[in-house]
Amino acid sequence: MTDPRKEFIAQLRRYQMGSISRRHFLGVTGLGTAMAVLAGAVPGLRPRPTFAAGEIGDKVSLTSWPNYHDQANLDAFAEMTGATVELTVFGSNEEMYAKLKAGGTGWDVFVPTNYTIQNYVDADLIDPLDLAQIPNYDPASLTDPRMTEPGSIGGKVYAVHKDWGTTGFVQNTKELPDKITSWKEFWDITKDKASGRVMVHDYQLTTIGNALKYFGYSFNSNDEKELADAEKLLIEAKPHLFAINSDYQPSMRNGDAWMSVAWTGDGKQLHKDIPEIVYVLGKEGGEIWSDFYAVPKAAPNKKGAYALINYLLDPEVNTKELLFHGYPVADKRVIAKLPPDVANDPIMYPAAELLTPLEFGASDVLTNPLRAEIMARFKSA
Amino acid sequence: MTDSAVIQERSRRRWAYVLLAPSAFWYLALLVLPLIVVLVYSVGERAETGGYQAAFTFDNYLNLGARWTAFQNTLTLAPAGTLICLLAGYPLAYYLAVKASPKTRLFLLILVVVPFWTSFLIRTYAWMFILGGRGLPQLLDYIGIEGVRLINTPLAVLVGIVYGYLPLMVFPIFVSLEKLDKRLLEASEDLGAAPFATFRQVTLPLSAPGVITGCMLVFILLMGEYLIPQMLGGGKVFFIGNALVDLFLQSLNWPFGSACAMALVVIMVVTVTLYLKATRGTGGRDVSLM
Repeated sequence: MTDPRKEFIAQLRRYQMGSISRRHFLGVTGLGTAMAVLAGAVPGLRPRPTFAAGEIGDKVSLTSWPNYHDQANLDAFAEMTGATVELTVFGSNEEMYAKLKAGGTGWDVFVPTNYTIQNYVDADLIDPLDLAQIPNYDPASLTDPRMTEPGSIGGKVYAVHKDWGTTGFVQNTKELPDKITSWKEFWDITKDKASGRVMVHDYQLTTIGNALKYFGYSFNSNDEKELADAEKLLIEAKPHLFAINSDYQPSMRNGDAWMSVAWTGDGKQLHKDIPEIVYVLGKEGGEIWSDFYAVPKAAPNKKGAYALINYLLDPEVNTKELLFHGYPVADKRVIAKLPPDVANDPIMYPAAELLTPLEFGASDVLTNPLRAEIMARFKSA
Repeated sequence: MTDSAVIQERSRRRWAYVLLAPSAFWYLALLVLPLIVVLVYSVGERAETGGYQAAFTFDNYLNLGARWTAFQNTLTLAPAGTLICLLAGYPLAYYLAVKASPKTRLFLLILVVVPFWTSFLIRTYAWMFILGGRGLPQLLDYIGIEGVRLINTPLAVLVGIVYGYLPLMVFPIFVSLEKLDKRLLEASEDLGAAPFATFRQVTLPLSAPGVITGCMLVFILLMGEYLIPQMLGGGKVFFIGNALVDLFLQSLNWPFGSACAMALVVIMVVTVTLYLKATRGTGGRDVSLM
């Protein structure tokens, strides 16, 4: 069923990403379509509909991150259940938390990051999940407790694992041929050769965190003196930045930006389409994280929420999602289905010595007023 | 006789109250009460995990300097945008109202209105491409002008502002020029005034109400602008509107955000009052904003 309006939006989106190249078309859409055709042709591979059409309402809202879901999967869900998925993307956990805290969001499913889940529980914004409604959630098949356990608090499962990744940076090696391996170099080059061509996230955890790494401090530091150093660096770098935005793919693709703080999957997606864009983990460390699916206490369509989470955790669907977004999933059933080149991909599965210095975000960082104010000052500077 | 007149008068008044009630309620519930809430919040404190906590302190106001750049950007780019809109909008309105033949006038008016049929967001997105590396700069590159950067600069924001708000300037001026009695222009000419003198002494004063209305509309809306700096400024050219969004949605510092909002309201009230005072009498007619 090709809706011309949807097709147009898809084309527009692709144009917006600055990538109507054939390579990209085949790489992203072609792959998705091929997978969908394959899955459709083999009935056993098709996710089993658990709901009659209309049973879960006509829409489920999903609040997530940029470039994080394969639209083909969401469309298939709509076709299967009659409920369209309304996707909203955010640029930071702070913003997500603030919106949900303010209330009246209408979200059914959202995607919080490991370190924030405690905050949501403390603020009484999420309930333990009714796992009986998510038959595709299988604790036995989860492979890495570090990635999956932050969803459980006090022995109760509040959120289920979506995928995990790292926060490094992407670099266009055609424009910037230097070998850059550290956050120190990242910031120094920003103020020098790459002036006007660098992006950082509109997200205090990673932007301040990676400025802290310049000095070798902890990514999670709440120390006043250390944060003051980081702020000084950020304010110095500000005139040399191209933009402060967590959706950096469009600018990296069209060549406006040469370097950006980036997450694994965006690094993977960019590298796949434009091989000269590489993904680098700063050797001082930085962030390792894991994302989850959770249901707000105030979700208007809880039944739809569970149906969507269950659908997205279906190993078939989850694999397709992974092949689209490029973030590793800590689930045996998914890993078993990955083609070897993906399963051994150096961007998705970095070398152990690069992973060791990485830190998980800490829950007090989310609501630290000083970090929030530093970020706000940096942005309005 | 007099009694019935009084009764009639009373019932007329009662009707007036009934008819005014919805707008009075609207005004009270959606303007006055929220403003009071903002005022109360602005002397409060940020709660431990963000939000509002009751207190009585002026710290938030004393801290306004921390957003100086945002105020500065707003207070330079909003008037600059208004001025450019005026300089670009006046000739257009003049042509539409005075020079164009009725047929072309209709066509041209439609051209001014048509962009409104598309969402402002989408039109601003279009400017992201036009001003981005693969848009105008690439075109300039072909003809030998290299290294031009447009997107995420104050200039890009200014371009977006003028593009977005120009019609709001054109229409009030157009209306006031259209009402202008053309015989006055002939009279001026007959009395020996040069075209420019006629324009300065007749046309301009008579179109002043339109100019004042247009400037107010554009300026007031620009002071609260959020979208254009966000999209064409790349988070680098910050308006006070952007700082507000940040304070409420990222820092969760509602009291400081409220203080910034109050400061903006005060600045607006002061500038608008001064502006109206200064321009009163220019047109010989009352300024009609609404």
